[in-house]
Amino acid sequence: MSSDNSKIQNIINDCPTIDKVGAEERVARFQTRSIKGESKLMGLKMTLNMIDLTTLEGKDTQGKVKQMCYKAEHLHDAIPGLPTVAAVCVYPSMVKVAKNALKHTDIKVASVATAFPGGQSPLAVKIADTKFAVDQGADEVDMVISRGKFMEGSYAYVFDEIAAIKDACGNARLKVILETGELATLDDVRLASDLAIHAGADFIKTSTGKIQPAATMPVTLTMLMAIKDHYDKTGIMIGMKPAGGISTSKLALHYLVMVNEVLGEKWLSNEWFRFGASSLANDVLMQIAKAVNGPYQSADYFSID
Amino acid sequence: MAKKNKETTGLKWSYDPALEGVDHIKLREKYDLFINGKWVKPSSGKYFKTFNPADESFLAEVANADAKDVDKAVKAAREAYDNVWSKTSPSERAKYIYRIARLMQERAREFAVIETLDAGKTIRESRDVDVPLACNHFFYYAGWADKLDYAFPNRKVSPLGVAGQIIPWNFPLLMAAWKIAPALATGNTVVLKPAETTPLTALKLAEIIEESGLPAGVVNIVTGYGDTGAAIVNHTDVNKVAFTGSTGVGKMIQKSLAGTNKKLTLELGGKSANIIFEDAPIDQAIEGIINGIFFNQGHVCCAGSRLFVQESVADLVVRKLKDRMGSLIVGNPLDKNTDIGAINSKEQLATILKYINIGKEEGAEMFQLACDLPDKGYYCPPTLFTNVAQSSIIAQEEIFGPVLTIQTFRTVDEVIQKANNSPFGLAAGVWTDKGSRIFNLTTKLKAGVVWANTYNKFDPSSPFGGYKESGFGREGGLHGLSAYVKLS
Amino acid sequence: MSRLEILKTYKIYIGGLFPRTESGRYYVPKNGKNEPLGNLCLCSRKDVRNAVSAARKATGWAERTAFNRGQILYRIAEMLEGRKAQFVEELKMQGTNQKAAEAEVNLAVDRIVYYAGWCDKYQQILGSVNPVASSHFNFSVPEAMGVVGVVCPEEYSLIGLVSLVLPVICGGNTCVVLASESQPLCAVTFAEVLHASDLPGGVINILTGSKKEMVAPIASHMDVNAIIYGDDDEVQFKALSIAAADNVKRVSRLSKDWTKPENQDLYQIAETLEIKTTWHPIENIGGASSGY
Repeated sequence: MSSDNSKIQNIINDCPTIDKVGAEERVARFQTRSIKGESKLMGLKMTLNMIDLTTLEGKDTQGKVKQMCYKAEHLHDAIPGLPTVAAVCVYPSMVKVAKNALKHTDIKVASVATAFPGGQSPLAVKIADTKFAVDQGADEVDMVISRGKFMEGSYAYVFDEIAAIKDACGNARLKVILETGELATLDDVRLASDLAIHAGADFIKTSTGKIQPAATMPVTLTMLMAIKDHYDKTGIMIGMKPAGGISTSKLALHYLVMVNEVLGEKWLSNEWFRFGASSLANDVLMQIAKAVNGPYQSADYFSID
Repeated sequence: MAKKNKETTGLKWSYDPALEGVDHIKLREKYDLFINGKWVKPSSGKYFKTFNPADESFLAEVANADAKDVDKAVKAAREAYDNVWSKTSPSERAKYIYRIARLMQERAREFAVIETLDAGKTIRESRDVDVPLACNHFFYYAGWADKLDYAFPNRKVSPLGVAGQIIPWNFPLLMAAWKIAPALATGNTVVLKPAETTPLTALKLAEIIEESGLPAGVVNIVTGYGDTGAAIVNHTDVNKVAFTGSTGVGKMIQKSLAGTNKKLTLELGGKSANIIFEDAPIDQAIEGIINGIFFNQGHVCCAGSRLFVQESVADLVVRKLKDRMGSLIVGNPLDKNTDIGAINSKEQLATILKYINIGKEEGAEMFQLACDLPDKGYYCPPTLFTNVAQSSIIAQEEIFGPVLTIQTFRTVDEVIQKANNSPFGLAAGVWTDKGSRIFNLTTKLKAGVVWANTYNKFDPSSPFGGYKESGFGREGGLHGLSAYVKLS
Repeated sequence: MSRLEILKTYKIYIGGLFPRTESGRYYVPKNGKNEPLGNLCLCSRKDVRNAVSAARKATGWAERTAFNRGQILYRIAEMLEGRKAQFVEELKMQGTNQKAAEAEVNLAVDRIVYYAGWCDKYQQILGSVNPVASSHFNFSVPEAMGVVGVVCPEEYSLIGLVSLVLPVICGGNTCVVLASESQPLCAVTFAEVLHASDLPGGVINILTGSKKEMVAPIASHMDVNAIIYGDDDEVQFKALSIAAADNVKRVSRLSKDWTKPENQDLYQIAETLEIKTTWHPIENIGGASSGY
């Protein structure tokens, strides 16, 4: 699928303006929701099951990835009945390792691609990167958009690139990272979301985790609204993945409240909502242990992988 | 083009009750009148009961002041004015008011819970809006006490004397703060009457005033019904009357003060327009509509109760609005997750239901949130009416409940004309991305407060008050001082 | 051979025109020496109605630039200055001595100049930017109330009228003026001054006749926003105030010695101003972001 000018123009025209202060006020209301008792426990377990357990470091090794994969499956065996995470997220070179480690599970393997995290490579390289990851067995591809092109106003380029990567993905689901920390305004976040959705994204994702700020609630709200508007118009569901900066249970629950109240329960599964996080799982586990056992917990009792 | 994908069902996730604790709340069985720094029994010996509108449970008995009690309170205020307060230096006055602000902050949660119990408003609002704003109002005006000469250039500023103040039930503590803080800062003494359905936080405030060491008689709180208020208004030794409430009662007060030298300020009803243009930040506008009409169950004089939507986006806005209403939680106001609490009283619920029936009879199309309401208590689901005309009664009269009327418009001039086409003029909302249009509208709308790309915001430093039949005088900010001073 | 003098016909001033009263009635006020001052229109409630509707039509006055309003007010002063002699004569006819009459006219000119100067300044003194504790820009500006009824004092028929009316129009209001009943000459001649200046028709409308008859319809008129009462009839003022409550009119009573130069000020302009407060969000104000 490739763009023509009128198509891009329609996307721009349909893209609503966003008042940042108003968006922040709505977020503040989600944050006043008080999640207690059973609803808290359920929320925490949902959170675990929505995590894309991530390692994206230059120093990643097979050993590191294998250990993380074990953790993905065995979050905290001391408490029975815990779910696994949704997926692990690694560089393309580690996809095969992860895939092997997880082949007996339902846990998906996601791979970043397209010259992650900067995205400053020619399209051919990005397509090759994507195809490599898919060939290695990636179930999901997390691509980055060309923010420079976006800033230049070359929206058609951004659109076409996403569409090309979507083609290269084959059956793998495509998550499109907007790198919202580099987009200056919520208006830009919204436009980038709409471009990504129209170009074929299965998921839209806030951040690479390499840029600050990473995911924030107002940014995520803006993206959720784009998903909602698209769904209301077409009936097509798009997934959402905030990534980076979500490291506490309380914050994760607030994100879930936001998803629940903006998109509704349809999105409350890891098919449509993910957290990109590395340290969130243990905080959630500690909260679950507190809820199950009573006492407040120590990090020493929860494995770091 | 992507095909419609397979929908899966996620998890149904509803929130467990998250009740604010009430164990730490101390209410007396019986409240007397706070006159001259003491708790005194009403001369008639009569008390009335105040109930929790959320479950109709009994909260406390409260003294019913008659004219004799009011006279006692006015005398105490007069003596305190003559002998103490007018001789207290402005900077000392300031310190008393600061102290009250701090004591209120320390007991903020207690105030919030009592406000929720007595008024039916959600704990989220009393905790996050009413109580902090009330504290901040005292804090703001405290600082004015010794700076009044800067507020009125070229004039000597003096207090009026005894201020009689009558407040409504929709923001009981906040309205008490709006009345008392500027009166004290400008050097007046006060006789205040809270509304009969919501007297408790004003009486709690009296406890704090007692604790603060404010000289006896500077603030007197008398509880009762309309006749108690009338006794304050008509008392010959009152120099100033400040009233917040219905336009009907406001007019009566204005008439009864005709020809006297009593200074009067009135903060009355409204039927404020909330105007959505096609280029507005629609999702934030939806929040503004929700906040405009459902904040405090719609018991807000400046509620954005008349929604005007540009025709090109009318369907979209109505759909999104209905959708958003679906995530509102109606129920026990003490639950921290409740968005819409109880209607303040049985009488008010009857009034609201009367208007809803009128709306239906007028042929307007009604949409109500389908929700389970508690068995006991007074509740009304959030309601909106489409297919409403300017001439519909529900689009003209103040309903003071969670009921929104929706009209469409085509042009800027048309909507200005329709928005101003009302005897009221309290507030208005304007939603558009175009700056020059905002200023065009804010200039032409006949309303004392205009919220552009926001709604229902309040601040101690921001003057509040209406045009036309919404009353006169301002509360808040520098302009709020005028109501309590004479200039020479 | 002596020449037959042309006598002036005193008419009323509504919407920039000089009609006679709709009632067709007249009255003949007399001065202290029992000399008739002229045949004056004895206006009725219908004239009040016409004047109010003319004033309402002219509320575009408030939308003119403040600078322009100032220029027009100054122009009124210029016109009055040029016709001083006529006003002095009329004041004398009404019983004022030469010196006092001259002083009154001079002060009237000066007072108009004074308020002309305020037209584009009161906003800066009476308005404010309010430092709200949220991410919003918040400001308050004074605005005209709308249509104002002005009841003039009986004495000092020129300076009384000027002192009450000029602050009202300075603030962008339009008005219906009930002139001094017993000394109405200057009011009508002042209307001619207004007519010759650039003041748009309807901004000031001047009626003569019985206050007893006209105060009630103006006090109860639902399209009048405020009343400035400058007379000293307690009973009339009370009745006016009661009727005014039917649409919550703002009623101010102003009685001062208007012949004193110091009895003019900003706060008198404020009597017929509303304060409007506007809020708008500000992106990225320090500390107000929700960043978690």
